Amino acid sequence: MSDQATQPATPSRLAKAWDSDFMYNFRHSPVAMVSFFVVALLVLGAIFAPLIAPYDPFDPASLDLMNGYTAPMAPNDFTGDVFWLGTDDQGRDVFSTILYGMRISLFVGFAAVAFAMVLGITLGLIAGYVGGWTETIIMRAADVQLTFPAILVAMLIFGVAKGITPIEHQDTMAIWVLIIAIGLSDWVQFARVVRGATLVEKDKEYVQAARMIGRGKGIIMLRHILPNVLSPVLVIATISLALAIIAEATLSFLGVGAPPTQPSLGTLIRIGQDFLFSGEWWIILFPSITLLALALSVNLLGDWLRDALNPRLQK
Amino acid sequence: MTLLTIEDLSVHFPTRHKVFVAVNDADLTVEPGEIHGLVGESGAGKSTIGAAVMGLLERPGHIAGGTVSFKGEKISGRDAEGMRSLRGAKISMIFQDPLTSLNPLLTVGQQLVETIQFHLKLTDKDSRQRAIELLDRVGIPHPDDRIDMYPHQFSGGMRQRVVIALALCSEPDVIIADEPTTALDVSIQAQILDLIKELARERQTGVILITHDMGVIADTTDKVTVMYQGEVVESGTTDQVMGDPQHEYTKSLIAAVPRPTLKVHRFPQLSYGGRQIEFHIDDLARNWHKPEPSKSGTLLKVDKLSKTFLTKGHIIPSRRKFFTAVNEVSFDIKDGEVFGIVGESGSGKSTVARMIATLYETNGGKITFDETDVTALHSHKDLEGYRRQIQMIFQDPYSSLNPRMRVDEIIAEPVKHHKLLEGAAIQHRVDELLERVGLGSDAGRKYPHEFSGGQRQRISIARALATQPRFLICDEPTSALDVSIQAQILNILKDLQEHLGLTMLFISHDLPVVRQMCDRVGVMRQGQMVEVADTEELFANPQTDYTRELLSLMPKLEGLSTEGLKDEIV
Repeated sequence: MSDQATQPATPSRLAKAWDSDFMYNFRHSPVAMVSFFVVALLVLGAIFAPLIAPYDPFDPASLDLMNGYTAPMAPNDFTGDVFWLGTDDQGRDVFSTILYGMRISLFVGFAAVAFAMVLGITLGLIAGYVGGWTETIIMRAADVQLTFPAILVAMLIFGVAKGITPIEHQDTMAIWVLIIAIGLSDWVQFARVVRGATLVEKDKEYVQAARMIGRGKGIIMLRHILPNVLSPVLVIATISLALAIIAEATLSFLGVGAPPTQPSLGTLIRIGQDFLFSGEWWIILFPSITLLALALSVNLLGDWLRDALNPRLQK
Repeated sequence: MTLLTIEDLSVHFPTRHKVFVAVNDADLTVEPGEIHGLVGESGAGKSTIGAAVMGLLERPGHIAGGTVSFKGEKISGRDAEGMRSLRGAKISMIFQDPLTSLNPLLTVGQQLVETIQFHLKLTDKDSRQRAIELLDRVGIPHPDDRIDMYPHQFSGGMRQRVVIALALCSEPDVIIADEPTTALDVSIQAQILDLIKELARERQTGVILITHDMGVIADTTDKVTVMYQGEVVESGTTDQVMGDPQHEYTKSLIAAVPRPTLKVHRFPQLSYGGRQIEFHIDDLARNWHKPEPSKSGTLLKVDKLSKTFLTKGHIIPSRRKFFTAVNEVSFDIKDGEVFGIVGESGSGKSTVARMIATLYETNGGKITFDETDVTALHSHKDLEGYRRQIQMIFQDPYSSLNPRMRVDEIIAEPVKHHKLLEGAAIQHRVDELLERVGLGSDAGRKYPHEFSGGQRQRISIARALATQPRFLICDEPTSALDVSIQAQILNILKDLQEHLGLTMLFISHDLPVVRQMCDRVGVMRQGQMVEVADTEELFANPQTDYTRELLSLMPKLEGLSTEGLKDEIV
């Protein structure tokens, strides 16, 4: 019945992982592969921006106001310089600003999700495992927060933070405040999912076995329950990442996010919007397409991950 | 005329790496009024045959060869439309779980009437009348009232009766019952099997009864087909196959069945297919640190133990509602004894075990372990000493091991927690235990999902032995296992008890198993201890009506061959 005839000696760890059901599923999903490729391309572009970008948009010395409003692929009237995706009003290369802007967008996105994850998992684990009043307080707080739109909560936190930070630090602190604001508006769904999974896991016999040994609550939560509730968290984290990037862009677009000196994709779109009707369409179009591609492919990847990790949907 | 003929049936499930042959060249016939048992352990392919007949194979599974014929007409290979005129009409199916095979949103009557109208084209009024008759026929009292109730208002046994009524709606010629009583208590199981027998006789319906339970086969079926890993190994009349098995696998299977009427010393290690395991009890006993026996001779004393659960919370204490799961239960367990608790589901037997294991708080009563009042200890620190001396083996081998921990970490956890050993000595203890339970020390580097149910239960045993406990609680340790694996695990537990002088509390719903394992038995019913007696005394001379009833419902298994058991009968 089995075919152990031509098995190679011992496949390496990498070969094993490549052959796993998870990777098999990945290799047979064109959507997953394309979105992974797009995400990888954009993330690599952002990481290696200083090497790839032809100009440093943050360095005022490299800017030439004469290069302002140059159309894509056309030589500038005054200097004759050619820019792939054109320049904005200050003569900054749009391609370079997108690469640098993506760094900020991605950094804020990842950091905000990481923050929301840590907060949400911790509170969800405690609520699910300890139960009683602790659970009531945590979960009702989560319910209350859910009644406000996330972007409103983020703006509120951002506004309060801005009010209490001294003026001279506001620009440097803006990114961190943004991360905390988005993270705080996003922890609820992590907490809910982790609490639900914890309720299921805590009645399983392996948890009872650990309790019988005499293990304390903390160790049981960290060592026994946490590793078993992580796979749904991974899925939400991916989808949250797309949402966080969009939230950051929205806040920046509204002018309460990344400052113009450190433009994120959202800031670039806001700047570009002023020139939409005066004919300089490239200033808004290219950052918008980048944001769209980034959010869409992260989202599709998350969707695929949800299906791939759900044993009930396995073929 | 033969109702159903299965010839050379093969079912294949192509997977990524290979084609899995679930059924290989199986033959089977069903005559009118006959109950044909299909028996085998998990993975034998018995349910797959049922699904193949019904055309309900889950993709990518398909019939790769052979034919299924109904009244001489070939039905395998028909398209979905062709199968539908047959499925539910001429051939009905009864599934294992009565909880999920009824729609919770429709009344029982609505479900019956819909099925009757679909198959028999009767008017609303006649259909309802017919539904009431059917409910009456399957033994549901007051069918006129019960017909308008929802499934959740019925008990498990009553629900399974409704499922049977549903299967009878179309007046089928063949019923395929896939483990119809596995989810039910023994008293209800007997009633359902009687009902199936009566129906088969009365209506001349052919029944395929798929089960893993030899007791069900021996008491219910006329003919039996034994399957092993997709192959039919033996087929014949039930008396012949059970009383004088020819194939080695059937012999080993029958020898592994715990008998209600005989007590064996150990289960014979008739192995088939290389499943012999080595259990090195002597090596383990040599290094075992045996504690001083308790002075009084009684290791554990349980006195008027009670437990209530909150069923409805309320801010005002007087409005709260409670359910009493355990009500003033008392018993004691002597040093080196195996004490059994039997009872049906909901009798509170597991709750008692969990209170002794400190998993539940008690609501009154006292647990005394070796002259220490355990119920008076509250802090983690005070309980450490007690917890080190007791260990537990759980029911479900698939959930009692943390899937994200390596086996050696799982076994080492109690040792590390109690700081019994340090450094390399821990790994040494783990390797030794794994060797002793017959898994080999390499098993430590794997994860639980790489092991079968029986192997996992042995990992559980290794974990329980890691702290060298005095007292072992076994909560239905074999009820999720196949009968041959059950025999292995029971043998291991017997060896442990004898060679290491362990004291055990053995919880089970299975009376034959209890008879094989226990020195004394307590019978529980609805949270109360009904009777406590020596095992042989209890089986020979039960004192209460409830115990008598339980004993009378046990499958008798008198026709089963005792060939392999001769040397072991006590």
